[in-house]
Amino acid sequence: MTATEFQPADTKVRQPILQARSLVKTFGRVVGLDGVSLDLYPGEVLAVIGDNGAGKSTLIKCLTGAEVPDSGELTVSGQPVHFKRPQDARAHGIETVYQNLAVSPALDVASNLFLGREERLPGPLGKLFRVLDTKGMRRKAKEELARLGISTLQDVTVPVENLSGGQRQAVAVARAAAFGSKVVVLDEPTAALGVRESNQVLQLVRDLRDRGLPVILISHNMPHVFDVADRIHIQRLGKCAATITPQSHSMTDAVAIMTGAATA
Amino acid sequence: MTQQQTAGPPTGVADLAEEFLDRQTPLSRIRNILHRYPALSPAIVLLVSVIVFGLLNDRFLRVENLSLITQQVAVVGTLAIAQTLIILTAGIDLSVGAVMILSSMVVAQLAVNNGVPAPLALLAGLLVGLGAGALNGFLVTRFRLPPFIVTLGTLNIFIALTLLYSNGATVRGSAMPGMLTWTGSTFLLGPVRISTGVVLMLLLYIAVAFILGKTAWGRHVYAVGDDKEAARLAGIAVNRVLMSVYLAAGAVLAVGAWIQIGRTNAASPNTGVDLNLDSITAVVIGGTSLFGGRGSIWGTLLGALIVGVFRNGLSLAGLDVLYQTLAVGILIILAVSIDQWIRKVKS
Repeated sequence: MTATEFQPADTKVRQPILQARSLVKTFGRVVGLDGVSLDLYPGEVLAVIGDNGAGKSTLIKCLTGAEVPDSGELTVSGQPVHFKRPQDARAHGIETVYQNLAVSPALDVASNLFLGREERLPGPLGKLFRVLDTKGMRRKAKEELARLGISTLQDVTVPVENLSGGQRQAVAVARAAAFGSKVVVLDEPTAALGVRESNQVLQLVRDLRDRGLPVILISHNMPHVFDVADRIHIQRLGKCAATITPQSHSMTDAVAIMTGAATA
Repeated sequence: MTQQQTAGPPTGVADLAEEFLDRQTPLSRIRNILHRYPALSPAIVLLVSVIVFGLLNDRFLRVENLSLITQQVAVVGTLAIAQTLIILTAGIDLSVGAVMILSSMVVAQLAVNNGVPAPLALLAGLLVGLGAGALNGFLVTRFRLPPFIVTLGTLNIFIALTLLYSNGATVRGSAMPGMLTWTGSTFLLGPVRISTGVVLMLLLYIAVAFILGKTAWGRHVYAVGDDKEAARLAGIAVNRVLMSVYLAAGAVLAVGAWIQIGRTNAASPNTGVDLNLDSITAVVIGGTSLFGGRGSIWGTLLGALIVGVFRNGLSLAGLDVLYQTLAVGILIILAVSIDQWIRKVKS
């Protein structure tokens, strides 16, 4: 059975939320992406794996606006888009959690969730004096955390630096998933975490999917990938070597495809 | 109450964990509290030093003396506001004193030698402050130079400009229009004599405390100082925040120039070089971290008052100026050590 034959049950009828066609990106004479295509469907976890230099981070950067592809097409919900900056991708509902955890340690959980999109008080206090609606933001932060099913963050007034690694990752994921985003991209979310905390984050990924939010997961950790992913996109030498599923292939198969020892 | 403690189970796992963390040692609990309220340690130091100096000398706690301390603190206290804003972004400004003197010389010269009306002269002083801030901010954001180096350079540039512009001559307050020396005038509030300059300084503190604590801009200043990259990834225009901080600092320095003219009843190109370092001293003693992202503007006011109290108290105790400097030096090192210790609060 070849991997490309497999289609998740409902993908034939559903439109991909995020679609990339023949993305090419070169850096001088180095070819980062050599015509890569990718589909992300609603309610799925798509893992992107690949060896170092296979082009997975270039691919992700093109999807999230951190790099502009030389050629190729991107569509969000069927609409063609051109991302020049990360803000452009964010404006289309594509939120990224970066590997180095983009949270501000001294600020509390609620402030971090609203960082860069603070809300002001209604009326003259907010309009004229630009006073922040701290209470309102805390209340909404709690609501969002409850909606996303994140139970590890009880107190939204705690500074993030007082939290554990897993809880910090939860803050970063919550910020990406909150406030009407369409796609969450997680770059190595478990790389710096212990076993228990990794499991919390993986559970969070499953919860997001179960709430209908599609997730792109970049990871080196095969057990984690096979644990949560619905489909696995394997990058090799700037191309998509195969798209497999945890059911169709084993971890050994995936590694073999990744390293070129086998084809799907 | 006791029943609850013995019989009642904790309300949740999180509470239990939190209590357990808090109960590690009394010392770490103190550290957690100091960490949460950065203005607390300078407040304690100020209170203790006021009590000690009050016991050492009867004259110290007299109303006239306390009023004098506030007047002595007004200029450094104002410069320290600008310094706090910049240090919160993990920067440092070595040129605050030089900018202030340049601004005061421009104001005084324009008003006295060129016959410019006082309000316009003050406006020109404000423009000098903003221009200096813009230059510092431009070099920091566009050329990505460390603020320390940028302001070390501009410090010398501003000193040279001041001397060139003024020919090294002092402008006396008696020759100036009344509006320029208005900041040196005093009024009685009950038994306390208060100078207009001190009121102006306090108003600036209130305004900056409000902006830092209650607006998105204030939060972004902290976020940029805390982790620049994280702030950028969160969608904050880091360079714009930095630029606005240097501009705001420049505006504050121009007000400082006005207060300085009133306080010394003159505009002199040869004073105020110490003020660069004194402002940093006030900020550091006030508990604001030199690594950025942590601190409070009220801590800075307390820090400036602590330095004022030490200088005044030691001189009332009959000690030489040398010992005041020695004491300030020890204070700085103590303050930074405490900051380092407090910052170790991490899970």
